[in-house]
Amino acid sequence: MQETDTTLLPADAATENPVVGIDQSAGNFSYDVKYEFDAGSGLSERVVEYISSVKKEAPWIREFRLNALKTFLSRPLPTHWATRDLETIDFSKIRYYLSSGQKPKRSWDEVPADIKRTFERLGIPEQERKFLAGVEAQFDSEAAYSNVKEAVSKQGVIFLNSSEALKEHPEIFRRWFGKVIPTGDNKFSALNSAVFSGGSFIYVPPGVKVAHPLQAYFRINAENFGQFERTLIIVDEGSEVTYMEGCTAPKFSTSTLHSAVVELVAMKGAKIQYITVQNWASNVFNLVTKRGLAHEASEIKWIDCNIGSRLTMKYPGVVLKGRKSRGEVISIALANDGQHQDTGAKMVHAADETTSNIIAKSISVGQGRSTYRGLVHIPKHLKGCKNNTECDALLINTNSRTDTYPAITVRGAANRSQHEASVSKVSEEQIFYMRQRGLTEGQAMSLSVNGFINDLARQFPMEYSVELKRLIDLEMEGSVG
Amino acid sequence: MPSILEIANLHVSIGEKEIVKGLSLTIKSGEIHAVMGPNGTGKSTLSKAIAGHPDYTVTGGDILLDGKSILQMEPDERARAGLFLAFQYPSEIPGVSIANFLRAAVQSHMGEGEELDATAYYKRLYQKMDLLKIDRKFTSRSVNEGFSGGEKKRCEILQMAMLEPKIAMMDETDSGLDIDALRIVSAGVNELRGPNLGVLLITHYQRLLNYIVPDYVHVMWDGRIVKSGDKSLALELESKGYDWVKKELVTA
Repeated sequence: MQETDTTLLPADAATENPVVGIDQSAGNFSYDVKYEFDAGSGLSERVVEYISSVKKEAPWIREFRLNALKTFLSRPLPTHWATRDLETIDFSKIRYYLSSGQKPKRSWDEVPADIKRTFERLGIPEQERKFLAGVEAQFDSEAAYSNVKEAVSKQGVIFLNSSEALKEHPEIFRRWFGKVIPTGDNKFSALNSAVFSGGSFIYVPPGVKVAHPLQAYFRINAENFGQFERTLIIVDEGSEVTYMEGCTAPKFSTSTLHSAVVELVAMKGAKIQYITVQNWASNVFNLVTKRGLAHEASEIKWIDCNIGSRLTMKYPGVVLKGRKSRGEVISIALANDGQHQDTGAKMVHAADETTSNIIAKSISVGQGRSTYRGLVHIPKHLKGCKNNTECDALLINTNSRTDTYPAITVRGAANRSQHEASVSKVSEEQIFYMRQRGLTEGQAMSLSVNGFINDLARQFPMEYSVELKRLIDLEMEGSVG
Repeated sequence: MPSILEIANLHVSIGEKEIVKGLSLTIKSGEIHAVMGPNGTGKSTLSKAIAGHPDYTVTGGDILLDGKSILQMEPDERARAGLFLAFQYPSEIPGVSIANFLRAAVQSHMGEGEELDATAYYKRLYQKMDLLKIDRKFTSRSVNEGFSGGEKKRCEILQMAMLEPKIAMMDETDSGLDIDALRIVSAGVNELRGPNLGVLLITHYQRLLNYIVPDYVHVMWDGRIVKSGDKSLALELESKGYDWVKKELVTA
């Protein structure tokens, strides 16, 4: 284990906060929604049972939840390696379930006006909505709107929210649910397993290539309300799918907790691409477990972009179970003042000739902190495995901070790994050069940051890379004095 | 409208050290002024100070653009007011294409609420590139990243062509160029030369002035202009060397 602490110390004693007045207005709104079901605050067996009964779940799910609760309560917080900021989460003050009691909608006309208004504020363009192959937009705990285009269902693709899928397709669901990420994987996967609600379920039958990305928009809309989505995507032999997930959250004064679990299963020769752009409000704890299981000659690619939140801990992973399978993580993180992006990737090689690729870029602004944690494991008995890890950090201000913790275990002479890391700072000469061409300091910073991540941003679908650029522009507006 | 840049008894320091020590110079539209002098005499400092680099402090005198002092203006405000600096060592901007960078720069020069017309922008960009004999593929490359010396300078001239400044300062534009690159870059500058552009040409060597013929030549020494003349002064300087300046002009 190699550790590098590359904090740049302030150049002078006057370390006043250079990041003030960050415009987060894009996420700073919320509308009244009546909650039909409310589990109240705090976590207990009673709350878990309440959630299960409201959802009219089968007994095995109820048992699953109750067992998960025990695991959650018995586990300590992972503060022996992660930040102590986790200790400030008051689990007794969190509301674990809210529902507007709405059935998912099939057509746009049936969607309530206030929810449409929220979508408008989120800036989802009209033509994009029409273009989407399927929309699964989670409004609080339940999907308020879901529209799977006919073309997709004609191909036999199942695209539902998790609660519906549990009822309608229990045989597929149960086979894979909790298998990639067991309840006891970590404290927060256990929490999710106890109280999960919403999230997506996708099944793509063999030999089907889903042409358009499937999308879901998530949004937290209640104070002190944690979101615990559970997403399960199974792509059968030779099939392909791209899933996109994006979040903006309203700004609230008290902390909110978001703890999702996402499990992917790629069968032989399948391809899954999972794309996330997150822009959480700066009081959100975003503690997410994401992992994929790659069977023979399959590919799983996580493209993950984290902006905002108070603390994000997320290390998308791939278990390379089948020969010649391939895993990839492309990660972008931007930590602004008061934010900590603790992100990275996990690659577990478990078969010959498996390859993994990790490219992580982080940007630390003001007193923002970014941490890269990577785990690559290639055991001795395997042959022909390859890993490539690159992590680059960009520091904007002299008091910005970045840390890198790459843990790469490669045993056996027949395997290869390469690792590159860099830390750079936006240079004053570069900023002056751009200002001499008429750009304000903020515009210059923004352009510089966008350039830094440009090679990764290009891997996002068009509308996401545009959104990403807009988010970065907003973040960088406040980064200069 | 013709422009005028007046540098009046300018004093510039870096930290505690005074570099420019009372320099006066006036540049009008349509004129090319060459400032020559040995290394370390304050030529680059002069151009950086005019552009508003934060490391350079003006401790005395004034700089006026069209009668208005620019000393209180931010570097980007000066740029938008019509001052352009072609850098001796232009910065790399990894991941930002020349086309996108120039687009942001051109947009910044437009008035509030004015939107750049993308079609017109590209049309004008390609026009300027043809004028400067620059390959179309060039603009998809990241700004200055991995550029040869010649490419960097051509990129600077292209930016100058697109931003159409009132006054352009060219800092050692000939440095790092072989003779072919020097010819190409000079031809570009000559294309831009005209009644609406004033140029401050900073150079160490006379050879650039064979290609860009100046209207006035100034010799700089120890932070001041010690002699001014026409283009023949450059030739005189070339034949007599900077020792001549040191012996005759400075002591005079």
